[in-house]
Amino acid sequence: MIKVENPNKDYGTPSPLSFQDLLDGLDSNQDIETVSGTIDGQSVTVPKGTSVMRAAATLDVNIPKLCATDSIEAFGSCRICLVAIEGRRGFPASCTTPFEEGMNVTTQNSEIAELRRNVMELYISDHPLDCLTCSANGDCELQDMAGAVGLRDVRYGYEGENHLDAVKDESNPYFTFDPSKCITCSRCVRACEETQGTFALTIEGRGFDSKVSAGQSEDFIDSECVSCGACVQACPTATLTEKSIIEAGQPEHSKITTCAYCGVGCAFKAEMKGDQVVRMTPYKGGKANRGHSCVKGRFAFGYATHRNRITSPMIRDSIEDQWKEVSWEEAFSFAASQLRGIQEKYGTKSIGGISSSRCTNEEVWLVQKMVRAGFGNNNIDTCARVCHSPTGYGLKQTLGEAAGTQDFDSVEESDVIMVMGANPTDAHPVFGSRMKKRLRDGARLIVVDPRRIDLVKSPHIQAEHHLKLMPGTNVSFINAMAHVIVRDKLFDADFVAERCEGEAFDEWMAFIRDEMNSPENSEAITGIPAADLIAAARLYAQEGNSAIYYGLGVTEHSQGSTTVMGIANLAMLTGNIGRRGVGVNPLRGQNNVQGSCDMGSFPHELPGYRPVTDDEVRGTFEQAWGVEIDPEPGYRINNMLDAACAGLYKGLYVQGEDIAQSDPNTHHVEEALNNLECLIVQDLFLNETAKFATVFLPGSSFLEKNGTFTNAERRISPVRKVMPPLAGLEDWEVTMGLCNALGFEMNYSHPREIMAEIASLTPTFANVTYERLDAEDSIQWPCNDETPDGTPIMHIDDFVRGKGLFKVTEYVATDEKITKRFPLILTTGRILSQYNVGAQTRRTENNTWHDQDILEIHPSDALDRGIVDGDRVKIQSRSGETHLNAIVTERVQPSVVYTTFHHPESGANVITTDNSDWATNCPEYKVTAVQISKVIADQEQSDWQRQYETFSDKQVELASSDTEQTA
Amino acid sequence: MSRDTSQEAVLERASLRASVLDAIAANKHLKGSLLPILHDIQNSLGHIPSEHVVDIAEALNLSRAEVHGVISFYHSFTTSPHGKTVVEVCRAESCQAKGGRLVEAAVKAKLGVDFKQTTDDGEFTLEDVYCLGNCACSPSIRVGADIYGRVTPESALQLIDTLKTADAS
Ligand code: SF4
Ligand code: SF4
Ligand code: SF4
Ligand code: FES
Ligand code: FES
Repeated sequence: MIKVENPNKDYGTPSPLSFQDLLDGLDSNQDIETVSGTIDGQSVTVPKGTSVMRAAATLDVNIPKLCATDSIEAFGSCRICLVAIEGRRGFPASCTTPFEEGMNVTTQNSEIAELRRNVMELYISDHPLDCLTCSANGDCELQDMAGAVGLRDVRYGYEGENHLDAVKDESNPYFTFDPSKCITCSRCVRACEETQGTFALTIEGRGFDSKVSAGQSEDFIDSECVSCGACVQACPTATLTEKSIIEAGQPEHSKITTCAYCGVGCAFKAEMKGDQVVRMTPYKGGKANRGHSCVKGRFAFGYATHRNRITSPMIRDSIEDQWKEVSWEEAFSFAASQLRGIQEKYGTKSIGGISSSRCTNEEVWLVQKMVRAGFGNNNIDTCARVCHSPTGYGLKQTLGEAAGTQDFDSVEESDVIMVMGANPTDAHPVFGSRMKKRLRDGARLIVVDPRRIDLVKSPHIQAEHHLKLMPGTNVSFINAMAHVIVRDKLFDADFVAERCEGEAFDEWMAFIRDEMNSPENSEAITGIPAADLIAAARLYAQEGNSAIYYGLGVTEHSQGSTTVMGIANLAMLTGNIGRRGVGVNPLRGQNNVQGSCDMGSFPHELPGYRPVTDDEVRGTFEQAWGVEIDPEPGYRINNMLDAACAGLYKGLYVQGEDIAQSDPNTHHVEEALNNLECLIVQDLFLNETAKFATVFLPGSSFLEKNGTFTNAERRISPVRKVMPPLAGLEDWEVTMGLCNALGFEMNYSHPREIMAEIASLTPTFANVTYERLDAEDSIQWPCNDETPDGTPIMHIDDFVRGKGLFKVTEYVATDEKITKRFPLILTTGRILSQYNVGAQTRRTENNTWHDQDILEIHPSDALDRGIVDGDRVKIQSRSGETHLNAIVTERVQPSVVYTTFHHPESGANVITTDNSDWATNCPEYKVTAVQISKVIADQEQSDWQRQYETFSDKQVELASSDTEQTA
Repeated sequence: MSRDTSQEAVLERASLRASVLDAIAANKHLKGSLLPILHDIQNSLGHIPSEHVVDIAEALNLSRAEVHGVISFYHSFTTSPHGKTVVEVCRAESCQAKGGRLVEAAVKAKLGVDFKQTTDDGEFTLEDVYCLGNCACSPSIRVGADIYGRVTPESALQLIDTLKTADAS
């Protein structure tokens, strides 16, 4: 019987089983070869390949160790873990010795004790003895080991040569490196290599002179370090320590919660001192992250207590007025009477709401419920509209469920990985690290991206094919892939015959065989040489497991939904669906994109992706809520904005989203917001949208509330309150207060009651409860009577819709054409250290890495325009103009320019256009025709940027009554 | 790092880089090509320029840190050009026992550099060695090709001064 691993214990060396084996093994215990023997007289059985150290740890026999920890492979350098093994000479290191059948191990006797003390003595003789004042006091493995081996005195004296006066490196904003405390165990070096995959550290020199070096003996901040924190986590001493711990001291209690940044959904231990978070450490029990983290989740939590937080509700009559701080009650009744007033004047449908992919499932549920039951219409949409709506649509059409098909663990069994329009090492860093690990272990990689992302080539990673396509031509590319596979007869005919609808397939075959889809024809459109594409198609279709991972570079196009369906076609065609290692995997941007969609934030769909026009579905909700629900679909975000401009739409409630910054064509958004009579914004900060609002309801950060998030692998994970909400109410309580003021009664005392309602009304969530989430850490939906344990891999025997449906995916060029006036294509993306609109990360030290948005331009385009590195440039499109600093780089190809959109003053969306996906209106952020030119000396800012600054400054001032407010 | 942007400095860097790229091209096809590349560069340039470690790393798909780790592990590699004269101070047991440390300290102070470093004027490079085979006469140092025994801090400094004046004339 193999024991379940305790996520709070360090077993010294990793398990020889993969995470998946571990799960299966626990269920059935079959197929796993085991070995048995004794350790200190106790018998033990472990999977073959387990180290003696780990085998002992499963019995709670904890062998002293310094250079070993279970997140990285054993190294065997410190020799403190030695043991005696019957029938063997000497004292082998238990971390590097595999446990074998019939082995009898002794971990303690006087001889071993003496040897260990000697080792310890050597370490301590070169170590400062300031334990009492050391930041790691109470959390130092060196200290623990000195205690464990019973070290009492040190014979060598400290006056010999030592490293005690080595200088500290404090260049990283979040942790320090104090080499005087280093024992050169190289755990940090190996963590950076094995866990994170960055290889930023090394051991420099040899013998006594050896020491840890970042980069080429430089400060951490100047090295390749991406500040993921893996080395800090692995360090057994105070050498690498979080600055927050140095300042505040060791935590005294902790709670497990879920990162609120990206769609990976990493589990963290929020470590606390009273109600102050002193450290976030990645939780080994987290099935999405398996103990790893990135710079955002690990370190960038300071925004939660940033002085810009607004902690009192505020109202005003118009956006020209000073804000007035009021009580919650007053804010609710003010907002409610305004909304009702508007409805009386302009009709029921003149108001609506927008829910957020950053809020919890429970909060999103309440927002859509308030709109449907309280507002009496279906004018509810979510910010997922602007990122992954094509995923929902495309996958629902073809496979039958609006979600990715795999769990993250699945990547460990992929043989070929195709990454398309996604940049995992920046946007989904922890998954990026897990993918890189698999690539180092031998999986082969195809990258489809106009830009050279890090995955294309970085230490120990090299894409076999980098297909640099022109933005906006994804569909042509994906069709050509399928064309080659069909032409070369590389498809899985059995799978298709058995699992997919025949008629649709035949029709699709006729379409895909057409010459227009040949790689040779496609080359003229995409710019991908036909030979490269053919080679990539053959690689993808080869035997073995091929997986596709894609991101916003697929969805945010006028043909986003078409590409998603094309991807699903490709996976079905090659039988790469329904088992581990394969599948169609959307990488979701924000933490709860999946959840906000699942929770019915759509004008045409009730929770669980069921049409609002369906009488039966509507009936169940009507019965449960005791109201009538409008059978007519409501407005999408873009319809809301258009209707506002037309004067038909007058009231809007926005929870935790910043449409003024994140939505395309800023001019149009601003005009719409200016036209509203009542804009209610609920957020942590006075965000860009709030500057147009008349009611401000302070929100609560993920640290201040209970709830759940659902990540990109459909994993529902708990968010736990570790400190009281700064403004007194959790976000769900705020929505409830407003809804009650509107006269529709809601009465929940805890989000678990909301989850119970979700489960009762949403078939895919039927068996989800807080009790189970507490016991199991997380659950992957669908979780109901048919799949009581949840569903890591979907579509195993059948597709959710029964048979898979091939969809004809014709390439249609975008309307956004390049012309003489606008000869370049601008595409947008993200960077590791900042998150989305940046409202949170810009209020942390993460700005150290990225304090402005920069335009990347290819040397040849730069040369044509006389632009050099650092020049201020003007970006003009059909919608507007903005100015940024430029960097000249070959990362982008000729005629493509690139920027991020994390800073509001950059106005990246001033230039993006109104074009959008034909099926879902997901905006075409990734393709804008532009012209770039150098600006004349004194034009730092464009007109818009100047107006923005004036307006923004004024609004900040209007909000600064007695409290100091700066944006 | 503040870079010298004078024309000579730029040309100098370009020629160093060219040698580095040559060494990479000549060896890249080999299995385990890092060491041959480093040896080639060390031989042709007399050192491995830190600035161009990035080129080696990129060519072999390694990180800069990894290449740096290897360079610093082997005593035969250096990362800055050697001075005209190499001064090696022995730090092995016998010399240590006979007061080699005092010599070490005096020489370091005199030259104003640490081991493996070169004086700003490019005259001297200081190196540590472990036994010069001259233990009978410890402490020992080697200046250029000549080994000196029974060195005292004073005699070591004198030696350096002589070299300096010899050079100046
Ligand atoms: S923080 Fe992460 S990237 Fe930086 S050195 Fe440590 S492990 Fe490597
Ligand atoms: S910094 Fe920490 S983990 Fe790295 S070698 Fe030193 S003691 Fe070990
Ligand atoms: S990878 Fe995403 S979920 Fe994980 S720590 Fe980073 S931002 Fe948070
Ligand atoms: S813990 Fe086994 S040798 Fe260090
Ligand atoms: S120990 Fe210095 S010469 Fe041998």
